[in-house]
Amino acid sequence: MDTMEAKKTALKGGEWLIKETSYQDVFIPEEFDEEQRMIAQTCNDFLQNEVYPLVERLDSMQEPELMPSLLDKSGELGLLGLNIPEQYGGFGKDFITGMLATEVLGAGHSYAVAISAHTGIGTLPIVLYGNDEQKAKYLPKLATGEWKASYCLTEPGSGSDANSGKTKAMPTSDGKHYIINGQKMWITNAGFADIFIVFAKVEDDENLSAFIVEKSFGGVRLNAEEKKMGIKGSSTRQVFFEDCKVPAENMLSTRGNGFKIAVNILNIGRIKLSAAAVGASKKVASVAINYSNERIQFGRSISKYGAIRHKLAEMAIRIFGAESATYRASQNIEDRIHAYSTEGMDAAQAELKGVEQFAIECAMMKVEGSEVLDFVVDEGVQVYGGMGYSAEAPMDRAYRDARINRIFEGTNEINRMLTVDMILKRAMKGEIDLMGPAQAVVNELMAIPDFGDESNELFAAEKKAITQFKKAILLVAGAAVQKLMMQLAKEQEVLMNIADMAIKTYIAESVMLRAEKLVALRGEAAAQIYIDIMRVTFNDVADKLWVSGKNAINSFAEGDEQKMMIIGLKRFTKFEPVNTKEARQRIAQKLIEENRYCF
Amino acid sequence: MNILVCISKVPDTTSKIAFTDNNTRFDSSNVQYIVNPSDEWYALVRALELKEQLGTGKVSIITVGLAEDDAIIRKALAIGADDAIRINALPADSFFVASQIAEYAKTQDYKLVLTGKETIDYNNAEVGGMVAELLGWEFITPANKLDVESDKVRVESELGGEILVLEAPMPVVISAAKGMADQRIPNMRGIMAARTKPITVVEPFNVAPLVAIQKFEMPPAKAGVKLVDPENMEELVRLLHDEAKVI
Ligand SMILES: Cc1cc2nc3c(=O)[nH]c(=O)nc-3n(C[C@H](O)[C@H](O)[C@H](O)COP(=O)(O)OP(=O)(O)OC[C@H]3O[C@@H](n4cnc5c(N)ncnc54)[C@H](O)[C@@H]3O)c2cc1C
Repeated sequence: MDTMEAKKTALKGGEWLIKETSYQDVFIPEEFDEEQRMIAQTCNDFLQNEVYPLVERLDSMQEPELMPSLLDKSGELGLLGLNIPEQYGGFGKDFITGMLATEVLGAGHSYAVAISAHTGIGTLPIVLYGNDEQKAKYLPKLATGEWKASYCLTEPGSGSDANSGKTKAMPTSDGKHYIINGQKMWITNAGFADIFIVFAKVEDDENLSAFIVEKSFGGVRLNAEEKKMGIKGSSTRQVFFEDCKVPAENMLSTRGNGFKIAVNILNIGRIKLSAAAVGASKKVASVAINYSNERIQFGRSISKYGAIRHKLAEMAIRIFGAESATYRASQNIEDRIHAYSTEGMDAAQAELKGVEQFAIECAMMKVEGSEVLDFVVDEGVQVYGGMGYSAEAPMDRAYRDARINRIFEGTNEINRMLTVDMILKRAMKGEIDLMGPAQAVVNELMAIPDFGDESNELFAAEKKAITQFKKAILLVAGAAVQKLMMQLAKEQEVLMNIADMAIKTYIAESVMLRAEKLVALRGEAAAQIYIDIMRVTFNDVADKLWVSGKNAINSFAEGDEQKMMIIGLKRFTKFEPVNTKEARQRIAQKLIEENRYCF
Repeated sequence: MNILVCISKVPDTTSKIAFTDNNTRFDSSNVQYIVNPSDEWYALVRALELKEQLGTGKVSIITVGLAEDDAIIRKALAIGADDAIRINALPADSFFVASQIAEYAKTQDYKLVLTGKETIDYNNAEVGGMVAELLGWEFITPANKLDVESDKVRVESELGGEILVLEAPMPVVISAAKGMADQRIPNMRGIMAARTKPITVVEPFNVAPLVAIQKFEMPPAKAGVKLVDPENMEELVRLLHDEAKVI
C-alpha cells in the first residue's frame, strides 16, 4: 500500500471537521471510469426509452402491472443486482458504482422510488444481514426482479420514533415459527411486493427484530393505495399482518438487532437519496435551462435576463456542491469498506462497518441533497412562469415528486439532530478529538488576532476560510456543550444551527477540493468556471455560517462572553469580497450555451 | 455465418459544433462521442439478431480510428458483438475508411458486411457503397428490413414512398436504416463482458484519401419569421420578391 492509500483509509467519519483533507484524497465524479460511465448510460437509456414514455400512465395508477413490469425490465438489464454479490446472481459492483446508478435513475420520478425501495431498503437487509441460506434463497430472485421487495418499519404511531413500533412477533410453542401481528404504514412497493422486510418486537422485547416475510406465508393484508401529493405512480400502502406465520429461520441477524439493522440500512438509504436527488436536480435544471433559452418575452429569450440567469447559476452551484460532497463521502465509505475487506472482514460486514463509520456524512448529505432538489424544482417552476403551474408541463410533476425526499429516510429535522448527536457522541468516546481543537479556538479568541500574510495563490483564501469555518463550528458547538450540557439535546434550535453550519462547511470544502483537483487535472484555464462556482459557494456559506452561528450564540450566551464569541464568529466567517454577480453570469452563460446542466 | 459491422464514432447530437485552425478543423475538445445511431441501433442489433436466429457465426465490429475510440468500441461490444477490429488511423475521408475496411474484409470470410445508412456528422452515406465496390460485392441501401435465406439476403428498401423488395446473393454489403431493428440497451452482463472481449488493432493499409477539407462553415442563422397582415398582399409579394428572392 502506498502512502496515499494509507492516508485515505485512515480517515474516519466526522474527522473532516478537525482535519485537513488533501484534494488527492477525494474522489470527484470526473474520475468515473469507462465501465461506470457505460452503466450510467444504460440507466439513462432505460429512463428515456422505457420510463419517461410511461410517466403519465404510471402516475394515474390505473394499471397496477406497469410498475412491476418496469422493475422486471430493470432486472433483465441487471440494474436490480448491481450491489448483490456475484455468487447470489448479482454483479457485485462497488459502492460508488451503485451510487452513480442511483444518481442517474433518481431522475425517474415514481419509478426512481420504486427501484430504490426494491434494491435499497428492500434488498440490502438480506445482502448485509442475511445468513448464507437466506441469501441463497432470496437474493437471486431479488436480483432478477422475479421477487419484489418492500420494507416495513413505519407504523401509524411510530414514524420518526422508529423503535417504538407495536408490531409483535410471538414465537410458537414449538419454537419453529413466529406469529406476526401489527399494522405498518406508508410502505413503498407494498402493492406488488412478494417480500416484506418486517420490523417487530418479539414478545415484550424493548428492541425490534427484523424478519423476511413472504407474501405467500399468508396473513398479509393490504389497504388501498394512499393518495399522495407526488410520486403518485409509486405504490404506497398500509400493510396489516394478521397472524402471519413466519418460519423462525426467517429472522434476520439476531433477536433484538432490528433497530440496528434499520439504522444501518437507513444510513445507506440516506446517502443514496442524496445521489438520487442530485440526479433529479440535474434533470430539472436542464429542463429549466432549455425552457429559458426558448421562451421569449420582451423580444428576447428569458435566459438573457439577469434575474433568470441568477436562478440558473444558483441551481447549478448548489447541485455541484451536493454532488461533490456526496461522492467525496461515497469514496470515503468505499475506501473504508476496502480497508475492512483487506483486513479479512467478510464483504457484508465490511460494507456495514464502512457505512456506519460515515453515518454522519450520510445524514448530512440526506439533508443537503433533498434541500438542493427542492430549491431546484422550486426555481424550475419559477423559470417556467405560468407554464410552471400547469399540470401539463414537466415542472408540476418534478415539484410534487421532489417533496417526499425531505420526509422519508428520516425527516430532515431528525437527520440534522442525528448529525450533531453523532459528532458529539464520537467526541465523548474520544473517536474524534473535538475538545482539543475547540479549546484551541477559545484560546485563539483570547489572543490578539493573527491577521497573517494574505496570499494571492489560487485556493489560499479558500483554504484559510475552511480552517476558519471549522473554527466557527467548534466555537459554537464547544460553547453549546459547555453552556447547555445535558440540556443541549433538548435545545433543538441550537442543534439545527450547528447541523447547518456543519453541512454547509462540508459542502464548501468538498467544492474546493473538487475545484482543486480539476485544476490539477486540467489546468487552471480549463477549470476557471469551477473556481467561479467555488467562490460563490464560499461567499454564501460564510454568510450562512454567520447567521446560524449568531442565532445559536445569542440563544445561550450573554454579556462579555456573548460579545467575545460574536466577534470571534465574525472573524471566522469572513471571506474576501467576491463579485458574485459576474461569477454567476459566467456560470449561467456556460449553462445557456450548453443548453443543459453541464458541470 | 460471420458478419462484419462497420461502426463509426460521431459527436453526440447535443454537442456544440465549433472549428479550429482557421476553420479547417472540427474542434473535438469537450465533444462527447457516441456510436453512430444507425450503425448501433440497426446494423449491429440486426446482426446480433441474425446470429441469434442462425445459432452460429460471429459478429465482429470494425472501426477506423485511434486508441481513444476504444470507448465506443466497448459500447458496441457491450451490446453484444463478439470481437472488434480497430484500424489504427484517423478516418481521413470515406474512401480511406472504405479502403481500410475492404482490405481487411478481404482477408476474412464474411458473408455480410453491414454499415449504417449514413453517419450523423457528415451524412455522406458513402462508405457502404465504396466497400461493396472495392470488394466487388452487391450493395443495397437503404435497407429497412433484412432477412437471410440460405445464401441470399432479402431486403425491404423504402425509397420515394415505395417499398422495394430486393434479393441479393451473399456476400453482400448492406446499409441499414430505420426499421431494421430496435435499439438494445447494453445490460450489466454485456457491459462487464465487454472488458474482456478482444479488440484487434490493425495498422492501416497505405491508401491516400481523395478528399481534403478546405474550410468548415456554419450554416447561416435562421432568420426570424415575418408576419404579414392578410389584408396586405402587396407587402407579401414585395417580401417574396425583394427579400426572399423566390418569385
Ligand atoms: C411516500 C412515502 C413512502 C414511504 N415509504 C416507507 C417505506 O417504504 N417503509 C417505511 O418503513 N416507511 C416509509 N415511509 C415512512 C417515512 O419514513 C415516515 O413518514 C417518516 O419517517 C416520518 O415519520 P412520520 O410520518 O410518522 O412523521 P412524524 O414522526 O410524526 O413527524 C412529524 C414532524 O415532526 C418532526 N419530529 C418528529 N419527531 C421529532 C423530534 N424528536 N424532534 C423534533 N422534531 C420531530 C418531524 O421531523 C416532522 O417534521 C414512507 C413515507 C411516505 C410519505
